[in-house]
Amino acid sequence: MQGAALTVRDLSASYGPVRALRSVSLDVPEGGVVTVLGGNGAGKSTLLRAISRTLAFHGGSATGTVQFDGKPVHAQGADRIVAQGICQVPEGRQVFARMTVEDNLRAGALGSRGDRGAKSAALRRVHELFPVLADRAHQRAGLLSGGEQQMLAVGRALMAEPKLLLLDEPSLGLAPMMATRIADTVREINSQGVSVLLVEQNAALALKLATTAYVLEVGEVTLSGDADELAASDEVRRRYLGVVDEDAAADASQAAAKHPVLARWEDVR
Amino acid sequence: MTTFIELLLNGVSMGSVYALIALGFVVIFKATEVVNFAHASLLLAGGYVTAVLHEDIGFWPALIVGIAGAALVGAAIEFLVMRRYRGKDHSVLAIATIGVDILLVTDLTRRIGTDVLAVGDPWGDSLLEIGPVTIAHTRIAAFLAAGLLITAFLLAFRYTSWGVAMRAAAENAETAALMGIRLGRVSLGAWAVAGGLAAVAALFLTVFPTPGLERATSLAALKAFPAAILGGLDSTTGALVGGLIVGVTESLATGYQSDLTFLGRGLGELAPYLVMVAILLVRPAGLFGTKELARV
Repeated sequence: MQGAALTVRDLSASYGPVRALRSVSLDVPEGGVVTVLGGNGAGKSTLLRAISRTLAFHGGSATGTVQFDGKPVHAQGADRIVAQGICQVPEGRQVFARMTVEDNLRAGALGSRGDRGAKSAALRRVHELFPVLADRAHQRAGLLSGGEQQMLAVGRALMAEPKLLLLDEPSLGLAPMMATRIADTVREINSQGVSVLLVEQNAALALKLATTAYVLEVGEVTLSGDADELAASDEVRRRYLGVVDEDAAADASQAAAKHPVLARWEDVR
Repeated sequence: MTTFIELLLNGVSMGSVYALIALGFVVIFKATEVVNFAHASLLLAGGYVTAVLHEDIGFWPALIVGIAGAALVGAAIEFLVMRRYRGKDHSVLAIATIGVDILLVTDLTRRIGTDVLAVGDPWGDSLLEIGPVTIAHTRIAAFLAAGLLITAFLLAFRYTSWGVAMRAAAENAETAALMGIRLGRVSLGAWAVAGGLAAVAALFLTVFPTPGLERATSLAALKAFPAAILGGLDSTTGALVGGLIVGVTESLATGYQSDLTFLGRGLGELAPYLVMVAILLVRPAGLFGTKELARV
């Protein structure tokens, strides 16, 4: 597997009269991990749908340019996007619940251009990455646990041998341990050369994984930069990492240490 | 007892033909979530091509052309009508198929007129006698052909890439698109397969003891609707079981009509619908209709 770079320029998207993205520009370097942070309704999923060309399923449309591997891909059908090596793991996993695990993985390979040999090699790699999928090959996907379904969703996307993997909230609804496990897997997939664009609400996890981060708010990029720098910035810490101000934190610890007394009373004494 | 066995065998044979029609119906519904009211006209088109051509090119080639023709008509409906409205409300599409049906049936009725067209099948009116039980060769051929086609279809549905793409698209179209599955192609394939199956069914609806292909043949195809619905619209197994239930019910109700005269005439026509209503009262999703299967 070989990574490739994605360049998004002035991408705007809307669902009918509702604007969901306003001229968003971002870059995923070859072999890099980039994360897009933001709360509910910030436009994170819309961004991925616009890249995968599946906005039409939600009655949306997009303008702007998307280049992959140096070629424009914003006017192509969803199947061509996959064939060129961009694969998305949708939000909420969306495994084919009534099909077996094995058939889910076969469905994932339908969009790849590889021959039979390449497909069985891809299957071996997925089984190496997630041995549980080999154990449960003949079970219906709907009966897997949440974490196993997320592994299946990632494995299914890998069957098409992507150069760029789009991940939409892979940690959503998972136990913290399972989320860490998924993060490790993403790191491993990336180490094999696949570029990753990760959309997350769990900013702590995402910032640990990524080298570059963008913050999306109400459809616009409001912050971007080195992931470590963003993780250290007060604004991001306050908004997305659940860390309150240094002062407030200090106050809180003081308050816990001493018996709380109002300042005015202290002065009097 | 002999009568009962004969009626049962005939019922199973007719039922397998209904199952062929219902299967096509279900395949279109699964792949596109559209209820295809134009199914009867696909069937009539396939039968008509076979009936017109068999004198010139022989029965078997005519049958193959008929199957291909009906598949082509199905694909054309998808390509010219359905594709334009993709993403629209599914009930709008279902209503569009009613329009297509009226168009096709009107034209075919005009061509057929009051004639009864023979399809030139090799079985004629010969009978097979096993002890006291007599059954027409055509009924046996119908059962074998339908059984073979249905088996082939189910194997393909389960094991081939086409089947995987079809099932994936049926379950979640958007996710299937994310896998690079071409939904247009899946839907086109479904319509073509449904057309081909309907053409085979047309053959067995028009051979002995039926006099031949006539205007009313498309009405016979309507019996596949209760078959598909009572089986559960989105279940291939349901289509097969539903077809058999309708076939056997119809055959028995018609056969024993003379004992049930107090109910009036034409019970055979009505019985499948009565069974459908009875089953839907107990199981609103049909016998094998989707029940949610998920761990939350």
